[in-house]
Amino acid sequence: MYRYDEYDQRIVDERVAQFRDQTRRYLAGELSEDEFKPLRLQNGLYIQRYAPMLRVAVPYGLLNSTQVRKLAYVARTWDKGYAHVSTRQNFQYNWPALKDVPDILAALASAQMHAIQTSGNCIRNVTTDQFAGIAPDEVVDPRPISEIIRQCSTFHPEFALLPRKFKIAVTGALEDRAVLQMHDIGLQLFRDAAGELRIKVWVGGGMGRTPVLGSVLHEALPWQHILTYIEAIVRVYNLHGRRDNIYKARIKILVKALGIEEFKRQVEAEWAFQKDGPNTVTQAELERVAKSFTAPDYEALTDSDASFDARLAEEKAFANWVKRCVHAHKQPGYRAVTLSLKTIGIAPGDISDKQLDALADLADKYSFGELRTTHEQNVVLSDVKLGELFALWQDAKAAGLATPNIGLITDVICCPGGDFCDLANAKSIPIAESVQRQFESLDYQHDIGDLELNISGCMNSCGHHHVGHIGVLGVDKNDSEWYQVSIGGKQGNDASIGEVIGPSFAADEVAGVVQRLIDVYVENREPEERFIDTVRRLGVAPFKERVYADRQPGKKKVEA
Amino acid sequence: MSNLIKLNAGVAAIVADDAWQIVHLPAAEAEVKKQAGKVVLFKLTGAESATAEQIAATEVPAGKVVLPLSVWLARKAEFAARVAAGEVGVWLETHELVETLAADQPDLNVFPLIAVFIERFADGRAYSMAALLRTRYGFKGELRALGDVLRDQLFFMKRCGFDAYQIRADRSAQDALASLNDFSEPYQAAVVVDQPVWRRHARS
Ligand code: SF4
Repeated sequence: MYRYDEYDQRIVDERVAQFRDQTRRYLAGELSEDEFKPLRLQNGLYIQRYAPMLRVAVPYGLLNSTQVRKLAYVARTWDKGYAHVSTRQNFQYNWPALKDVPDILAALASAQMHAIQTSGNCIRNVTTDQFAGIAPDEVVDPRPISEIIRQCSTFHPEFALLPRKFKIAVTGALEDRAVLQMHDIGLQLFRDAAGELRIKVWVGGGMGRTPVLGSVLHEALPWQHILTYIEAIVRVYNLHGRRDNIYKARIKILVKALGIEEFKRQVEAEWAFQKDGPNTVTQAELERVAKSFTAPDYEALTDSDASFDARLAEEKAFANWVKRCVHAHKQPGYRAVTLSLKTIGIAPGDISDKQLDALADLADKYSFGELRTTHEQNVVLSDVKLGELFALWQDAKAAGLATPNIGLITDVICCPGGDFCDLANAKSIPIAESVQRQFESLDYQHDIGDLELNISGCMNSCGHHHVGHIGVLGVDKNDSEWYQVSIGGKQGNDASIGEVIGPSFAADEVAGVVQRLIDVYVENREPEERFIDTVRRLGVAPFKERVYADRQPGKKKVEA
Repeated sequence: MSNLIKLNAGVAAIVADDAWQIVHLPAAEAEVKKQAGKVVLFKLTGAESATAEQIAATEVPAGKVVLPLSVWLARKAEFAARVAAGEVGVWLETHELVETLAADQPDLNVFPLIAVFIERFADGRAYSMAALLRTRYGFKGELRALGDVLRDQLFFMKRCGFDAYQIRADRSAQDALASLNDFSEPYQAAVVVDQPVWRRHARS
């Protein structure tokens, strides 16, 4: 994993000093609220309902055990003993005091971490595939290019105050696990016929009020030009993106208004001047960065293990966990493991300081000291030996990290919502919990199979509801909390945006609505057919019919 | 007390005497535009800046003057001799295009000074405008930031090519000086520090 050299460390340390002074000036009344706002946001600091929320960057989701222990320390020292994994692979703290934030940042900097550009109208933390470097379907490891982009975008002077936030995702595998087409820029790395590294560039995707899938801007960009090409895109956006209306300020609106052809023409015209400039990446620089991401010291193993097979046969609980939480690995004899942060009764993505410490220990003991966060708000141990899976399972269970529900209906993606977030229309955490309780039975969950249920507390779509097989969105109706339900959204190569099934529901109806959707699926599914496939085959109509069958708007509620 | 900071060979200092006079258009009736229920704070790129009446009514004093782009474009014939004497600069608003000025005047170095007026500090268009002026159009004279110019944006302005900063009147230019050096070794190439860190230093 990438380790800071003196230059990385200096930038982070200077940032701490800068923000310490900015905070001091704000608290002393020398900076107005409006002036401080973009400064604190670009350091991941929101002012929330009860306290500020601090978002810590986890570049492309990669962490080592030292960093995780530091995150635990921060949770214990300055928060209420827990942290939260966001849908952009970052960590969030919900209860720090503003005056403590400079000290928190200093603590993070001591473990090569920061909160730079985790919010605000700038280029945000780059995200990627949680199985980068280990997925069997990987063609190119996306991490070196991600790190190169991270460095170039950090305090890029020209793009410090964009019309709106700007998100970049990178993958290098056949299956898109980073929701590329839902990003301002999505980059898909591949090799051309001659074996050269190329990049397919998507632009103008995004969620929010106007969900749009990205369009292809370049089919096969040579990798050397990745930074200058991104600079050309962002310059066109910076100068021509709309600043007059916050809902129309994302690049997707500009791309739509101009049309992809005209947008491309403008980018190419801009790029003609920047191409081959000093930010052009050299082979030597790519190799230097790539050295940080070489494979760990794997043992030469065969891809089977007798003790593992025996445990699998005799322990159903272990087999269930393996089925949902253990993933293929390109190295024989190794597996990737997802540790669920979706235990019923705990807000999705939340993790306590003790669990963070336990996680660090698990990483050290079983996975070369490294781990990853996922945009589904779970944690991955990337390199676990087949023969050690059983021991890991037992340890993880003891730490409350072995719920066998990855990819199932209770593995809800859920934003902090109205319990914490100032922008929320409605609470989201209690909705997640009501659905989890409705489908508490593990056998039932496993029978339903692959299902992604995503909840956002408002149109900002942090809970990715547009791409949930079932999406739930908090809406505000006459000052009370209502929920709009959509189905048919999907992430991945065949990404789609969900369709709203009809009028919205009260909070206590949502679990019943989901139950009816599942009933229609279970009654109609063909062998091996997933929920999303049934929806695609049948369309929304039969689902809609069942949900609203006996419901008169405003009168009778949906019951399970 | 002057609130103008200038960079000279990389060294920043407050300059006491500044002969340049910023020429403003006479005020027009302001219409309050709204979008999504909120007052629009930023003009759209390419939007009209001034009416013909405003341009005609703009009074230009003697001496060194910095003209609004619209006045320059419409009335430049009046100023030929003063341009030759190095007494004319131009200022742009953030919704105006650098291309418009460059199309009109291919050699921008006839102007000793070009300024960008930043109505709101959060308007990052000024950065791209500065970068374009310095790189694409090869402008070598003084590039001054006017308007809502605050210390926490100075480092970025500097790296995009601004070398003079008219700090907002209610703030201390003295305090602001420190922020020009917030970061010592930036990652990427820009106008100032024109090579990325990995080309400047051998990194491990
Ligand atoms: S989706 Fe809305 S409510 Fe949820 S975290 Fe994002 S901004 Fe807050």
